[in-house]
Amino acid sequence: MSSNIDYSIEPEVVEGQPKLNQINEAIAKPLETRPSWKYLVALGISSTMLLIGAVCLGFSFYYGIGLWGNNQPVGWAIPIVNFVFWVGIGHAGTLISAILFLFRQRWRTGISRFAEAMTIFAVITAGLFPLIHTGRPWLAGYLFPLPNQHRLWVNFTSPLIWDVFAVSTYLTVSFVFWYIGLIPDLAMLRDRTKSKIKKTIYSIFSLGWRHSNRHWHHYEMIYLILAGFATPLVLSVHTIVSFDFAVSILPGWHTTIFPPYFVAGAVFSGFAMVQNVLIVVRKIFNLEHIITLDTLEKMNKVMLATGMMVGYAYGMEFFIAWYSGNPLESFVFLNRAFGNYAWAYWIMVSCNVIFTQLFWFKKIRRNIVAMFIIGVLVNVGMWFERFVIVVTTLSRDFLPSSWDYYKPTLVDIGILLGSFGLFFTLVILFIRSLPVVSISEVKAVVKGSQPVHH
Amino acid sequence: MDNQMNTSENLYGVGALFKDPNKIVKVVEKLVELGYKHWDVHSSYPLHGIPKRMRLKWSPLGYVALILGLTGTLTGLFLTWWTMSVDYPLTIGGKPWFSFPAFVPVLFELTVLLASVGTAIVMLFIIFKFPNNQHPLHDTEYMKKVSVDHFGVFIEAKDELFELEKVKSLFNDFGADEIIEIAYDRNEVAFKPKVFDVKFISFLVVIAIITSSVAYLFNNKILYFPPFDFMLNQFRLGPQESSTFFADGFGMRKPPAGTVARNQEFYPFKNKPDEAGMKLVNPLLATKENLELGRNKFNTFCSPCHGWRGEGDSRLNGQFPNPPSLHSEKVRNWTDGRIYHVIMEGQNVMPSYASQLTEKERWAVILYIRSLQRALNAKQEDIQ
Repeated sequence: MSSNIDYSIEPEVVEGQPKLNQINEAIAKPLETRPSWKYLVALGISSTMLLIGAVCLGFSFYYGIGLWGNNQPVGWAIPIVNFVFWVGIGHAGTLISAILFLFRQRWRTGISRFAEAMTIFAVITAGLFPLIHTGRPWLAGYLFPLPNQHRLWVNFTSPLIWDVFAVSTYLTVSFVFWYIGLIPDLAMLRDRTKSKIKKTIYSIFSLGWRHSNRHWHHYEMIYLILAGFATPLVLSVHTIVSFDFAVSILPGWHTTIFPPYFVAGAVFSGFAMVQNVLIVVRKIFNLEHIITLDTLEKMNKVMLATGMMVGYAYGMEFFIAWYSGNPLESFVFLNRAFGNYAWAYWIMVSCNVIFTQLFWFKKIRRNIVAMFIIGVLVNVGMWFERFVIVVTTLSRDFLPSSWDYYKPTLVDIGILLGSFGLFFTLVILFIRSLPVVSISEVKAVVKGSQPVHH
Repeated sequence: MDNQMNTSENLYGVGALFKDPNKIVKVVEKLVELGYKHWDVHSSYPLHGIPKRMRLKWSPLGYVALILGLTGTLTGLFLTWWTMSVDYPLTIGGKPWFSFPAFVPVLFELTVLLASVGTAIVMLFIIFKFPNNQHPLHDTEYMKKVSVDHFGVFIEAKDELFELEKVKSLFNDFGADEIIEIAYDRNEVAFKPKVFDVKFISFLVVIAIITSSVAYLFNNKILYFPPFDFMLNQFRLGPQESSTFFADGFGMRKPPAGTVARNQEFYPFKNKPDEAGMKLVNPLLATKENLELGRNKFNTFCSPCHGWRGEGDSRLNGQFPNPPSLHSEKVRNWTDGRIYHVIMEGQNVMPSYASQLTEKERWAVILYIRSLQRALNAKQEDIQ
């Protein structure tokens, strides 16, 4: 750095100025070496969790959903909590890959691929839950407006159908975005590999990419277009998820603050999840110079900001409950904080609002152990936020004689465990089968990789 | 690779590899100045400013996305409008059938879906003409180095200005680290896919067998296993089935004494035909609509025995005794209420038709019978 301090120069996003071929080596290494025992243990644990979930689901479908804790009036319980939680996890990926791309935040390059992959896996996990929740998932085809022998159509005025469109569009567009980003990297792996089987697979999926600048020209344009579409899309998805609640007339759900509040919460929990997994990945695969501490610190700042937005929403809900003068509304919110599920409410508030305040201190923002623990707490808190919204509200409906207390059964817990199993199994398989960092994007931001135009 | 012979007849082109991206800028400027057309720059990541210096046209993908996005919006608009307000209109929450605000989320999602996926498909499969793993550049030393840390400039032999030695010396002038000639693979050029290849045909046969057996298994076997058979095995009794729950063993229950079911009619003239004939008055007027309804119901329920014109010419070929004609003096002189009573209660072998016809339909049928009687026994004034 010269002595004239120029604040327009960004700090380098990749540490140590690696050579271009070193980047190739570092990122391709996990794909070309034998897995360590730690990897196999991790895969074993996650697939065991997945298996537990699958067995619990098998029971639920064979014997019926009476195995769950759902009762009258709590008809939406853990499956819907899990759905909202996992859709939320996915949002960080699109935020990193699309919104930060539009804002020209170059630090995203190290983590964008991973975050996008997590989006896809989280949305796959999330998408299963509305189907699981119906109890007869093989009839899910009727959710789509396909001509059928009953000559019936779906109800396009229902938020549940908006959800079907939003989540399936989100999954498709995220996948396209991710795949378009993968093509140059797959071509690089194709040119690099010596195994014939791998070469065939990479050739098929890289579609014959030739690193041509006549192609890069269109490629950069489509990346911009997809980022431009993904940005409103990601906002719309959690908005529409919140409509599932907000469009109903239940006090505690029927609020206009829900869409922005859900989106902020989604980004909050998603960043916590991405941060947690990246801390592990960069350690195991020695990618500390590409996924840098600066990047993690920036993610912690995003979590601090979104955590405060969520905290503001909690406060604002209480204020509106009082200000509206609606006795049902104020009852619901007092019941949340001091009623039958007060324990869940205070787990939510302490994890989401109180502990994240520690990120004001730079030392904690840059301490791997501390940020990991806070990240885990954030996800616990955000899961409980959805639990509070869904279960507390339903368990105290308009008719006191029908009030009931919801308790999840072992099968419910097993399905929750299985969802984490599915997500982490997909993540663990991904980190050894595809490049976890976008090679072409990282190369393009390394110092000295771009020509100087005079 | 072994089949590649660098002769002039199968030469694809010449490529130069550079380690310094700044040199590329100068080569590009020179090639544009000399007027080459079929050439390209290869790099494993997009080089800033190169497409502009190559004088590439502005990418049309923005317009493609716009057109596809609008197509998505219009598709969504048509879908929501046609299904919700034309094909199967349902009133939901007292809102109009075409409640546009409620359709906006779906329109938005379809716009994004079609624009994103469509633009990607247009770029990959139409503009780039992918998949293309047969391109001569694949599997060459040139491509391998370009994908790691070299930058390549490649001029195709089909360019009008292409002369092998001239191009090579041009690259040398700019300090190329390596110059590579690339030829077409003769085997690949000569290759022609055959439809009646044994391997190809057996591949198709295997696919057909797998698809049809999976379809057969699903439609004829799996759907009849629990839990997929929930529609076939339900906790209910069919008509006439006996019950183990009730003491008398009857599955079909009588309504409790003294109760009236919803919409159940109360007929006060049971076994009182004459009183019915005197007191009941047809509430319907002989409008075209009512007569149409009456004809329709008469043809469906009455005409099998009474005949199309009520002449007692049954179509049942003696399976059931023919009824007397409806044009007899007796029936013509009956009041509407008296006929109504016959429909309600039946007469001789005719059963009650109360459950087949609603009250309005019964009166409409009577209007139609009256018009038949008038037509077959026309008075002098009708003819005039």
